[in-house]
Amino acid sequence: MSSVLLSAKELSRYYGQQHAVQNVSFEIKKGEVLGFLGPNGAGKSTTMKMLSGNLSPNHGEIIINGYDLLTEPKQAKSHIGYLPEQPPLYKELTVKEFLLFCAKINQIPSSSINKSVDTAIDRCGLSQVHRRLIGNLSKGYQQRVGIAQAIIHTPAVVILDEPTSGLDPIQIREIRHLIRDIATEHSVILSTHILPEVEMLCDRVQIINQGQLILSDTIEGFSQQMQTSSLLLGLTIPPAINVLQNITGVLRVDPVTNTLFNIHYTPDNNPTNEIVAQAATQHWQLSQLTPQQHSLEDIFMKIIRDETQHEEQGV
Amino acid sequence: MLTLAKNELYRLFLSPLAWIILALSQLILAYLFLTHIDYFVQIQAKISAIPGAPGVTELIAMPLLSNAATLLLLIAPLVTMRLIAEERRNESLPLLLSAPLSTYQIVLGKYLGTFGFFFVLLLMISVMPLSLSLGSQLDFALLASGLLGLTLLLASFTAIGLYLSSLTRQPTIAAMTTFASLFFLWIIDWAGNAQITAESSTLFSWLSLLRHYQSLLKGEVNTSDIAYYLIVISAFLLMTIRRLDSERLN
Repeated sequence: MSSVLLSAKELSRYYGQQHAVQNVSFEIKKGEVLGFLGPNGAGKSTTMKMLSGNLSPNHGEIIINGYDLLTEPKQAKSHIGYLPEQPPLYKELTVKEFLLFCAKINQIPSSSINKSVDTAIDRCGLSQVHRRLIGNLSKGYQQRVGIAQAIIHTPAVVILDEPTSGLDPIQIREIRHLIRDIATEHSVILSTHILPEVEMLCDRVQIINQGQLILSDTIEGFSQQMQTSSLLLGLTIPPAINVLQNITGVLRVDPVTNTLFNIHYTPDNNPTNEIVAQAATQHWQLSQLTPQQHSLEDIFMKIIRDETQHEEQGV
Repeated sequence: MLTLAKNELYRLFLSPLAWIILALSQLILAYLFLTHIDYFVQIQAKISAIPGAPGVTELIAMPLLSNAATLLLLIAPLVTMRLIAEERRNESLPLLLSAPLSTYQIVLGKYLGTFGFFFVLLLMISVMPLSLSLGSQLDFALLASGLLGLTLLLASFTAIGLYLSSLTRQPTIAAMTTFASLFFLWIIDWAGNAQITAESSTLFSWLSLLRHYQSLLKGEVNTSDIAYYLIVISAFLLMTIRRLDSERLN
């Protein structure tokens, strides 16, 4: 049997005239962590809502562990755990009461309810606070309770919508640890707009923009896309620009200030060595040499630019 | 479904609102109960000579149940307003929607939980007339008919409140609209009484929540009255289910 746990085919969703999600198809296999990356308003949350059965797509189908979410919603839903952007919590309950309730509505047999609640409390590091009221917990702990709620019935696929938004850096690190831990037993779909998070956690990346999937790649392929071909070069006594231009491999030189240059080069011909050698022999007084990383924004811009170019060529 | 109902009832009792409602309504009804007793004691001597005169049940228990209905008309919107509107505002509805539950289970669970609360209130109210049986003969059949009426009335209040709560994300709006609708259904037969035209009056008085309750208070258990309440309850529950389902589609 193929181990595809969730497959979405040609999902589309409109809000009135606006296309929130358009023709999105993807699959997630057992043990995979899939990252959904996109700017705000790109359709990430809408996709997550559709996968969790909170919103029905206008078009397309979702199969979870062999069950169609639209025709057999109960069976399909028992195989997913969902944490929306805003963790759905009853703040007047204690952590343990809340998780007991979640275990019951997820139809865990009563003989193993206590066990699964304890496991979830344990895994999410809530044993210190399980007697406290959820409303009195910090945002980080509330987020953990939200995650505990999503994994309590050991679903095949866990869907997390921006699990680290609104947390402080320490909490973010802890939640990421937790997600990586969860990924050892469940498949995880994760949406975020933070690039390093994807690099740290995911096996596969999908970029969504304006409701359309514009990139779907493994994390290695994605990192390659991220490799830029430009250097930031600082020289205290710079030569004329055409001297820099003539170094082998250099495509273009953009002066940033009088002493700072942006060097673009072809990816297979890195001129770093050559620049350092020349700077030493000709006393340019090298002060800075940094390979530049693409920011998420750059990548978006790049991919979107490529897309539109393709389209224009097609026309 | 029962889990959901239990949870709903439990969370209700975690908030001070439930306790305050129970305490204050009991206080007000106890005061009314005492005034009814007082009145009965005053006229007892005069009516005791008349054969077939109204007894304790007619003069104390039934007016009390009638007062209780008016009081509950005011209270019910406060309890039902939070049912779905508050879940929406706290964004906790996805918890139920992504669990393996069907919409009718969610709606019925919430309905039964809230009705459970009103049932507690009802038991507390019925203790007062029952206490009279310590010193007097009660007409239990009449009392039972009145209590059945109050139960059905409350069940209808809950269903209407639940539906209106599912329409909005502001509990206050849910409370206001529920109160307005209940009050309207309460007084709609005033137009019926005016008897402008024969047709509209029967329709309006048939629609009135109060009219059907009054006949039960007189001890007349008609199938048509009971059917009316059951129709109201199931209609509003079905509309709630449809409403939650359509939210997923739109």
